[in-house]
Amino acid sequence: MLIAAVFVMPLYWLFSSAVKPSGEIYQFPLQWIPRQLHWSNFTNAWHDAPFGSFFVNSIIVTVVGTVIKMVLATGSAYAFTFLPFPFKRFIFLLLLGTLMTPGTITLLTNYLTASDLGWVDTYAGLIVPGAGSAFGMFLLRQQMMALPREVFEAARVDGASHLRILLRMVVPMSRPMMITVSLISVIEVWNDFIWPLIITTTTEMRTLPIGLLYLKSQEGYNDWGAIMAGTVMVAAPMLVVFLLAQRYIVAGFSGGAIKG
Amino acid sequence: MSDNEALHEPRSNDVRAGRQRTTMVGQPMTGALADRTTRSPAPVTNPPRQRLRRALRRHGKEYLLFAALAGPNLALILVFSYWPVIYNLYLSFTSWDMISPAPSWVGLDEYRQLFTSADFGHVLLNTAKFVVLIVVGAIVGGLATALVLNQRLAGRGLVRTLSFAPHIVSGAAIAALWLFMLDPSFGLLRALLEPLGISSPQWTTSSHYSLYALVMVYLWKGIGFCAIIYVAGMQNLPTDLFEAATLDGANRWQQFRHVTFPLLSPVTYFLVVTSIIGAFQAYDVTAVMTGGGPGQSSTTLSWFIYQQAFQASNAGLAAAAAMVMLVVLLTITILLARYGERRVTYQ
Repeated sequence: MLIAAVFVMPLYWLFSSAVKPSGEIYQFPLQWIPRQLHWSNFTNAWHDAPFGSFFVNSIIVTVVGTVIKMVLATGSAYAFTFLPFPFKRFIFLLLLGTLMTPGTITLLTNYLTASDLGWVDTYAGLIVPGAGSAFGMFLLRQQMMALPREVFEAARVDGASHLRILLRMVVPMSRPMMITVSLISVIEVWNDFIWPLIITTTTEMRTLPIGLLYLKSQEGYNDWGAIMAGTVMVAAPMLVVFLLAQRYIVAGFSGGAIKG
Repeated sequence: MSDNEALHEPRSNDVRAGRQRTTMVGQPMTGALADRTTRSPAPVTNPPRQRLRRALRRHGKEYLLFAALAGPNLALILVFSYWPVIYNLYLSFTSWDMISPAPSWVGLDEYRQLFTSADFGHVLLNTAKFVVLIVVGAIVGGLATALVLNQRLAGRGLVRTLSFAPHIVSGAAIAALWLFMLDPSFGLLRALLEPLGISSPQWTTSSHYSLYALVMVYLWKGIGFCAIIYVAGMQNLPTDLFEAATLDGANRWQQFRHVTFPLLSPVTYFLVVTSIIGAFQAYDVTAVMTGGGPGQSSTTLSWFIYQQAFQASNAGLAAAAAMVMLVVLLTITILLARYGERRVTYQ
């Protein structure tokens, strides 16, 4: 019960505060249950900052970024599983090595690279640097290694091309892992904060998590109702995704920890 | 759909014919087979160039396809994961305000400046406190939570879901929520602490508490994650060992101490490594909640790097600090791999 309370209370507080009128928000002792649902916090947030464009940007970056990542990760996983290449093992380890390169170290220099490419404040700048995927490739390759090889060899003999085998056999057979990898990508890209913060400079290009900063006032007075409404807008989509697909998501996150 | 089925179930003589053709012409279809054929027959006298030419003739098409499929991913990772580290190393030997056209080479000056400044010492101390508290807290808290969640209790599925939820919500959103809850005049924490006779401190605006406020929030995010990974691990444990332990008369604590915990050591190892790397790089909550302040009371290494690069436009110093972080992380990882893995028992 206590554990449940520790995790539930803040989330409850988030949603209830988002629908409280300001009189109840600043009341002490606390008003635990809002007397009535009050939606103006959302419209206030929407007026204080262009949440419409934040939403559009977040959706574009998340969807396009995830699609690119999936295409690249799936293609390379297939190549590493089914195709020969000189120094294949070495190249594979080179890819996996990036799991050890901390994002903090690449932040400044990736910004400089993106700015040399003219990508500051563009969708390309938001999407491309994060589109390469070693972890997704690794999970998908693990999955593909477990598929029955004989079936593909037989298909090759029947004259099926590699591309055909990849698209019509390997991809459908790897579906659970494809779902897992794409969900993890969606969560990561949607929640990313530091990279969008530095690579976008105009309000119109900002993503949702950064939109929250626009609700915090500089003068010290905060409209907490509006901030909590904005926070709901950032958090709710991922909570919904998680509730619908937690099995796949947890499988992906624990993939590195438990073998078998 | 119909030819898809045909792909799955080829007539048996086709397969045999295919196998024979494969071995005769020596044109294997799979990576594993290809590896074997290229490696084994090559005589020692065969010059490498000739071997390469023959391999190309044999697998040229497959090499091309490999390059087309794996190339873009590899290129992106080289440009945005490897190159930045090399570039960063170069920048750390320069002084650059990111405005003037070129960085100027200053050798080890930036490193000297880092290690002689009291600020950086303070930042390193903050980082050490922060990382230790988060790693120990998340793992101990996660394990305790997992032990409870693994019991047959009503509603445990719901509690599991809820405990993992903070992990998948944006750090910026969580920071905003906690900033609100920690408000000393109308925050939820005040309401919870006051009945216990504790007056709510100025969590984020006092230099005594700001770092611990951040630790508390990151723990809220991290404990649920560790707990769920532990639960997944516990469900993988073989039950016969517990039956044997029960027959031997081991009590619950002894079972945990001598059976569960050792069997979970690979999970603990994984969580230690990922928590350390995560804690070193955590700054989204910091950015929203304290901005590293007041003063530098809640500035950790990652936030210091961000500040130097993007607020002070001090690229050389930021790069030098980033190299320090890389060396620290590599050292920890290598030490863990050498001495930690030895203590991990696999089933």
